[in-house]
Amino acid sequence: MNGSGQESTHRTIERVARESYGRLVAYLSSHTRDVASAEDALSNALVAALTAWPRDGVPQNPEAWLLTSARHSLIDLIRHQRVVLESEPTLMLLTKGPQEPTMSTEFPDERLKLLFVCAHPAIDPAMHTPLMLQTVLGLDAVRIAQAFLISPTTMGQRLVRAKTKIRDAGIPFEVPLERELPERLDAVLEAIYAAFGIGWDDMAGVDQRGPDLAQEAIWLGRVLLELVSREAEVHGLLALMLHCEARRAARRGPDGKYVALSEQDSRQWSLPLIEEAERLLAAASRHRRPGRFQLEAAIQSVHAERARSGRTAWAAIVLFYEQLIRISPMLGTQTGYAAAVAEARGPDAGLAVLDAIDLGSVSSYQPYWAVRAHLLQRLGKTSESREAFDRAIGLAEDPAVREFLLLKRG
Amino acid sequence: MQFALLIYETPELFGMRKSNDENAYLGAWRAYHKALVEAGIFVGGQPLQSPETGTTVRLKEGKRRVQDGPFADAKEQLGGFTILELPSLDAALEWAARCPAASLGAVEVRPVSPEYLRKVTG
Repeated sequence: MNGSGQESTHRTIERVARESYGRLVAYLSSHTRDVASAEDALSNALVAALTAWPRDGVPQNPEAWLLTSARHSLIDLIRHQRVVLESEPTLMLLTKGPQEPTMSTEFPDERLKLLFVCAHPAIDPAMHTPLMLQTVLGLDAVRIAQAFLISPTTMGQRLVRAKTKIRDAGIPFEVPLERELPERLDAVLEAIYAAFGIGWDDMAGVDQRGPDLAQEAIWLGRVLLELVSREAEVHGLLALMLHCEARRAARRGPDGKYVALSEQDSRQWSLPLIEEAERLLAAASRHRRPGRFQLEAAIQSVHAERARSGRTAWAAIVLFYEQLIRISPMLGTQTGYAAAVAEARGPDAGLAVLDAIDLGSVSSYQPYWAVRAHLLQRLGKTSESREAFDRAIGLAEDPAVREFLLLKRG
Repeated sequence: MQFALLIYETPELFGMRKSNDENAYLGAWRAYHKALVEAGIFVGGQPLQSPETGTTVRLKEGKRRVQDGPFADAKEQLGGFTILELPSLDAALEWAARCPAASLGAVEVRPVSPEYLRKVTG
């Protein structure tokens, strides 16, 4: 085979690996609860594909080929682990199922169960997002470690520990019962949003935290929507992420400088993404079950409206924030509310909202100090404002934000 | 699979067990035990006497070191265990949450290890 043919075979393998990774891992681990072995088996299958496909051509159904190959590998792995007695029923399950070579493409999509396993309350919440990134998206520990700013070795060990717990603790590969579903789903949504937040904060990509982690999170959001379209908050989360994503290009000036939302050129926003977010939000509201992510998306939707009307309806944003604070009184929500109140009713009203927040909780929360500095400046309280700017600058992680604040402080 | 519910109790709860009078804690345990049996999931279990009745033994350099008191020095102490036959951790957590000690002390859920038992028994 010539060079370019091989090149395209490799690209095919990459694409199939990306698109099918989570589906295959979820299916392979759903009977055994052994995610680590399923991942090992799948990587063996991918290695086998790298040899076989350039030689024999890409199979008609690449996913089915990988599944068959991974299943054989998994059976070997399990035999090797010498737990034959215990695993006899598992081996039966694995050898049943569709048979080669005319194996059908139809195998159940167990990714939803895998998402619920990753965000199970018995798993350390700090590991929910890393587990999802690895088992459903196939990201390696090095990449995940970069995103979480810890050493790859430590991240690798934590992932192994979490997977061992999944296997041994009896965590079920099941979609939770109706009455538990909202709470359990929240943990899944939180974990996806956390991945998005990391990608978002590091949009400059300054420390190689992987600026496209936001893309991966959006992809997970789409997978989840495909699997549970009847839950309003699933629509809400995807709408929120897409609204933010729509502004990616406008968040940095041509010189790489940070541009605040109110100063962004709305012509740089992506209209297709905004429209998709709006459709999702409309679909969510038909369920008549408001929630945190829908409200946050609604706030972003009001901001997006500026692309059409040229103005921002701050009074509407204030109302959404008030609802949001009732169900989710987090620091970020309260700070956002203060900023919105300041726009709608003046800086002293905004400052009063900030003053009501417990000071002990904000000592290392950067956005609080940035908003406070800005409001004090508008009120002409120069020295107090400079103090707040200094705290915000000291707490800033992103160099572009730091520079922006230094400039504003004057 | 089988899960052990390890029951951790405060000194107050151990105290309530000694009392001969009917009390709410005892009543709750009676009802809970009945529910476990009726659900057909109860495999076994025993309550333990209070921690100060415990004696901890170690063998150091061939010498027996016997220590008065329980192994761990903590406010909440192991007060008993229950083995349940259940399909998954979620089901076990569900039953652990209903245990009277969950609201007053703590309940740790641990799968039992048949693999190790097989190694031991041969």
